[in-house]
Amino acid sequence: MKPIIKAENLVFTYPGDEEQKPVKALDGVSFEIPEGSFTAILGHNGSGKSTLAKLLCLINLPDRGRLWIDGREMTADDVTEAEILAARREVGMVFQNPDNQIVATIVEEDVAFGCENLGLPPAEIRRRVDEALADVGMTEFARNPSYKLSGGQKQHVAIAGTIAMRRRCVIFDESTAMLDPVGRREVMDIIEKLNHEEGITVLIITHHMNEAARADRILVMNGGRIIADGSPSAVFGEPERMWEAGLDVPQTTEFAYKLRELGIKVPLDLFDPADCAEAVAKAVLEKRGGARREAGS
Amino acid sequence: MNAIEMRHVSFAYGSAKNGPTAKKALDDISLAVESGGITGLIGHTGSGKSTLVQMINGLLKPDEGEVLLDGVNIWAEPKKIRQFRFKAGLVMQYPEYQLFAETVAEDIAFGPKNMGLEKDELDRRVREAARFAGLADDLLQKSPFDLSGGQKRRAALAGVIAMRPKILILDEPAAGLDPAGRRDILGGIKRFSRESGTTVLIVSHSMEDMAMYCDDIIVMAHAKILMHKPTAEVFSDWEQLASVGLDVPLITRVAAALIENGVDIGRDVYTVDYAVGKVRELLGENPES
Amino acid sequence: MKSDITFGQYVEGNSVIHRLDPRVKIVISLVYIVAIFLAKSVTAFILLTVSSAVFVVMTGISPRLILRSMKPLLFIIIFTAVINLFFMTGENPVFEWRFIHIYREGIINACLIVLRIVLLITATSVFLTYTTTPLALTDALEQLLSPLKKLHVPVHEFSMMMTIALRFIPTLIDETQKIINAQTARGADFTSGGLIKRGKALVPILIPLFISAFRRADELATAMECRCYTGGEGRTRMNTLKSKPKDWVFFFCILLLTAGIVLLNIFFPLYTVLK
Repeated sequence: MKPIIKAENLVFTYPGDEEQKPVKALDGVSFEIPEGSFTAILGHNGSGKSTLAKLLCLINLPDRGRLWIDGREMTADDVTEAEILAARREVGMVFQNPDNQIVATIVEEDVAFGCENLGLPPAEIRRRVDEALADVGMTEFARNPSYKLSGGQKQHVAIAGTIAMRRRCVIFDESTAMLDPVGRREVMDIIEKLNHEEGITVLIITHHMNEAARADRILVMNGGRIIADGSPSAVFGEPERMWEAGLDVPQTTEFAYKLRELGIKVPLDLFDPADCAEAVAKAVLEKRGGARREAGS
Repeated sequence: MNAIEMRHVSFAYGSAKNGPTAKKALDDISLAVESGGITGLIGHTGSGKSTLVQMINGLLKPDEGEVLLDGVNIWAEPKKIRQFRFKAGLVMQYPEYQLFAETVAEDIAFGPKNMGLEKDELDRRVREAARFAGLADDLLQKSPFDLSGGQKRRAALAGVIAMRPKILILDEPAAGLDPAGRRDILGGIKRFSRESGTTVLIVSHSMEDMAMYCDDIIVMAHAKILMHKPTAEVFSDWEQLASVGLDVPLITRVAAALIENGVDIGRDVYTVDYAVGKVRELLGENPES
Repeated sequence: MKSDITFGQYVEGNSVIHRLDPRVKIVISLVYIVAIFLAKSVTAFILLTVSSAVFVVMTGISPRLILRSMKPLLFIIIFTAVINLFFMTGENPVFEWRFIHIYREGIINACLIVLRIVLLITATSVFLTYTTTPLALTDALEQLLSPLKKLHVPVHEFSMMMTIALRFIPTLIDETQKIINAQTARGADFTSGGLIKRGKALVPILIPLFISAFRRADELATAMECRCYTGGEGRTRMNTLKSKPKDWVFFFCILLLTAGIVLLNIFFPLYTVLK
């Protein structure tokens, strides 16, 4: 499928001042994001993930390298303001702090904010807002003030705002980090639904390995570079590399990895506890049986 | 003696205090936490955890019942409540947003200064707290706003440790940090507790972290205490945890599924290393070898 | 589903006045205020008092609540009354003692001036503060003032600032409470000591609050940019205000009332003493 985002050798440096040295946040990052895919970006704090997200949303432009959004090169010399605005319509972002991205007090007015910026006719906005609120299950809160909602519900409102704009790609920059487990699960479910049912391209930046395991593909960043790129099975299949990058693997993978050191052959990529347990049980019973047979013979 | 004790404590917030819709944030809570060691406090958002924490530190006053620290009722003389705030140091969620002073050292010294401490003792406290929190000496003269996210968190933690509280209460100390940052800060807290003998109470949603660092766990639900038991026992009762919408660590769910599959690994599995040890035992290997 | 904006003085309700187009309410209150200032005779004031009473009843808001809103202005009301009572000269002295001269004109004038202030407060309460949410007011002002955009008056920017300010008031109140709690937990004391000591005690609250407000502003700006916000140009609104026939009916009633007051001033000038 054709890529909605294509990056080639992106470099970005935060300019320093008298006290702070300039920080090279991205140091040659290349990848393609096919339309309709679900990618997770992992990396410790300061590894360059959020900088990358800001480039992809065109909040910042790279110092060097080339970036294409929907086939149009944003780093070309002849790119116009209008083209950048048009690209921004396609790629949206949901941020970490739900409080700092809601503009209007009333839920439905906030959901409408993006569409109003696009200059759509009022009736069309009304239709899209109602649909988007229904999609995220927040219809009953449409006329409520947002400050009375829980963190998870506020993130639902923010997501509805991007759905209403009919964006083709949404980046979630640690959008679950400030939520409790229930809120986190609900937001992840919505994200998955967006991807599976609406075909929206999704990128999530997260510190939670079990959330990353739900993606089709994981990019691991360290020191401004991509150090691993592959399916969750492939990436978590090398736990040493993750630990070196200051990251974790899901506990199921860690368990399987440590069992392998004991000579119990279990796959590393069974992220569901039931699947993992089944494989471990089979291997353990086999090994125990084998040991008994040996002892018996 | 119990470091923290509560006897039949009830509390409701202002607007919910009276009337037919009175909703209690704490409903007849009794509990005792022994001195030393790390206790975890888990529960749903709105289960009363934050209220409980603010009750121990004297930020809130119980409507009914008594709160005792080291056997002393903290509200016996309401005017002296401040001394109990120094005794039970509270690190709130995202404490880095409360930094304000010109230098990290001054910020850490804020609490001890309020206690009336002077120059040399103040300096000693600041250095000691910075060391426990894992802050390098050369950061002390920097502005707290020039620190990285993780360093800010530690500076705020040091600001409470510097009061040398007998009890240290932390609300989601690792929220928003990456895995290495979580390990650093939680490991630091554990080391601090062991070395100084401070009683620590951690509020968190992360069952994996709680499993790794806590000796015992208090589970709250609907303004009451559901259970207060050693960590292994709490997580082995996963049915009851699930009944109030709480998770268990992923590895405990693996253990539960293993039991279903005929491998009796035991219900008390809550860390990966313990699970691995159990499997070795099952295979007849000596875990020590 | 009703929305409950608890800040400001808005009183939840579903009366005719609550449901009027907020733009009409702004215009009506302006016209009514003009009418109050035009009234010069006792007859005109009787008409105003009666109509105001009718409006209060229509809103369903307790008159006690409206009286309470006058409390902060009590000093000004008494002050103007006293000034008028003692310094107004006229032809019919009522009371004389040494340098104090009180005339009948003074008494009537003092009463009418007090009544005028009370009516002004009642009118703005009934049409604006008590029956219209701050958000609705902001939207209405933006639309009413939109012709000024041609003169390069930043009407949209002003209204966006108001919208965001209203949105962040509860968030910042919450945040302030958290910071106060955190510093109190570190032994900060805000209640003892002299003025300077108390002022100093606020530093550990104000600095984190400002820093947090700037951080929020920065993040919000990025988020707005991400949502394709480029200023007022080319922007549409989901909820455009539409005035209904009843808005116009109300508007004309108020115009009639004003005309009535002018006529009463001319044809029944009973005790026309206000200058």
